[in-house]
Amino acid sequence: MTDSTTLPEIFQGRIDSEEKIEPRDWMPDAYRKTLIRQISQHAHSEIVGQLPEGNWITRAPSLRRKAILLAKVQDEAGHGLYLYSAAETLGISREQMLEQLHSGKAKYSSIFNYPTLTWADIGAIGWLVDSAAIINQIPLCRCSYGPYARAMVRICKEESFHQRQGYELLMTLCQGSEEQKAMAQDAINRWWWPSVMMFGPGDANSTHSAQSMQWKIKRNSNDELRQKFVDQAVPQAEYLGLTLPDPDLKWNEARGHYDFGEIDWDEFYQVVGGNGPCNHERISARIKAHEDGAWVREAALAYADKQRQRARKAAA
Amino acid sequence: MSGETTRQELFQYVIRLGDNALINGQRLAEWCGRGPFVEEDIAMTNIALDLVGRARMLLTYAGEVEGAGRTEDDLAYFRNEREFRNFQIMELPVGDFAFTTARQFFVDAYDYFYYRALQHSVDSTLAGIAAKTLKECEYHLRHSAEWMLRLGDGTEQSHAKISTAVAELMPFTYELFDADGIDRAMQANQIGVDLNTVEALWNEKVNNVLDEATLERPELKYTRSGGRQGLHSEHIGYLLAEMQSLQRAMPGQDW
Repeated sequence: MTDSTTLPEIFQGRIDSEEKIEPRDWMPDAYRKTLIRQISQHAHSEIVGQLPEGNWITRAPSLRRKAILLAKVQDEAGHGLYLYSAAETLGISREQMLEQLHSGKAKYSSIFNYPTLTWADIGAIGWLVDSAAIINQIPLCRCSYGPYARAMVRICKEESFHQRQGYELLMTLCQGSEEQKAMAQDAINRWWWPSVMMFGPGDANSTHSAQSMQWKIKRNSNDELRQKFVDQAVPQAEYLGLTLPDPDLKWNEARGHYDFGEIDWDEFYQVVGGNGPCNHERISARIKAHEDGAWVREAALAYADKQRQRARKAAA
Repeated sequence: MSGETTRQELFQYVIRLGDNALINGQRLAEWCGRGPFVEEDIAMTNIALDLVGRARMLLTYAGEVEGAGRTEDDLAYFRNEREFRNFQIMELPVGDFAFTTARQFFVDAYDYFYYRALQHSVDSTLAGIAAKTLKECEYHLRHSAEWMLRLGDGTEQSHAKISTAVAELMPFTYELFDADGIDRAMQANQIGVDLNTVEALWNEKVNNVLDEATLERPELKYTRSGGRQGLHSEHIGYLLAEMQSLQRAMPGQDW
């Protein structure tokens, strides 16, 4: 190292040569802040995401589906846990992250602010929402921050399992009665556009993108990933015999991609801003669970303290 | 005893075990997404998943024993209140974390000693299910017993809450050991277990844990029983209405 090489330059050099950054390594404050924001937002999404699907556990229409759904929602809580742990390596506590979620300071994926009205919604979430999540997350397995990248490898494996289960659920409905097929179509009508919106604002309006790309936290633009999602979903919808609710959706030979209609950005910003169909309910449910659990957490701490004191006394 | 009577009795015996697992799992699953912290949310959901898995094995076997072609889902979704044979303690509303903890502890201790004995059943299917279930029961019991200690010997508030839950639930534990003719017949032909032995082991475990948790074992001023005969609390109807709603609204479909 020559005297003229600064810490930020060394840092960027490591990133450029695809080295992983680890918790004890020097990193710019803005890199740390960006990661804390992104990882905690991702963790919150997993935890809030338990709610819309959890809504159908007690009513799942077969015991096999009940078991699959329970296992899936449990996996999501597990993802939340790894991600909270990954964020903690950057110097924020779980308590602080939860406080930010409950106060509205931290965001979570807007998709979970839509309600699950029928059983088919569980299939639509598995197919569309988990597909979109996987497309967003696969590049994160190569994220420059080691703990996040490693958490994502495991999460992506489980997500792809969930995605197949969701698709299989819809397939069963689509091969069933007219009523079941209509239920599936209605779910797709409601979940398609919110899923397309999961990739965030268009590239021209994406505030954090350029810096995140340079740091290799992010590797593809929002619009690239969105296109990939649409291209993948169209033939899958055809195979199910369902119609995606977009009259402008058509194959563009010249581009080698599907063209699709204009996103309703008003709706996107309304839901991000707190005015979606379930924003208030989701956060209220999280706050209630946390507050109802306060005495339980206090009891566990008090008991652990007593045990420690007893052990000390016994040792003395 | 005719062959037919034995088959009916065995069906009743197995369906009771299956219903206990199903209804307990259904209630515990209500915690999913609202546990006191993420780790505990995961643990409760995991236990609910074990219970649903156990119910599936037992109800499938009950259907085979019955020989009328009923599947696990036919039995779970198309029987009415009076046909469910679970203990009342399983169907009580989920309550707060103390209530859930005390219920799970009483039931986990019962299941642990029950399935430990049932793995020696001369019925090889039941013995196999019991052996598999026993591993889960051991973990479930450790989990709920540890929580009994934390809540009982934690803070004043947690002590008060778990004491109330224990007092509320104790009358419902009477039923666990309230053997009827089917239990006795199954014990006699070595398919079932000796409930007196299970009861003695259960009492010992419960007394030890309550004692360590600084909790009093309340005297029974009244008792509840009847689940074995399909006589339930008023809560069962609501639980079934919710659980069965979609199958009942669109019967005869694959899901």
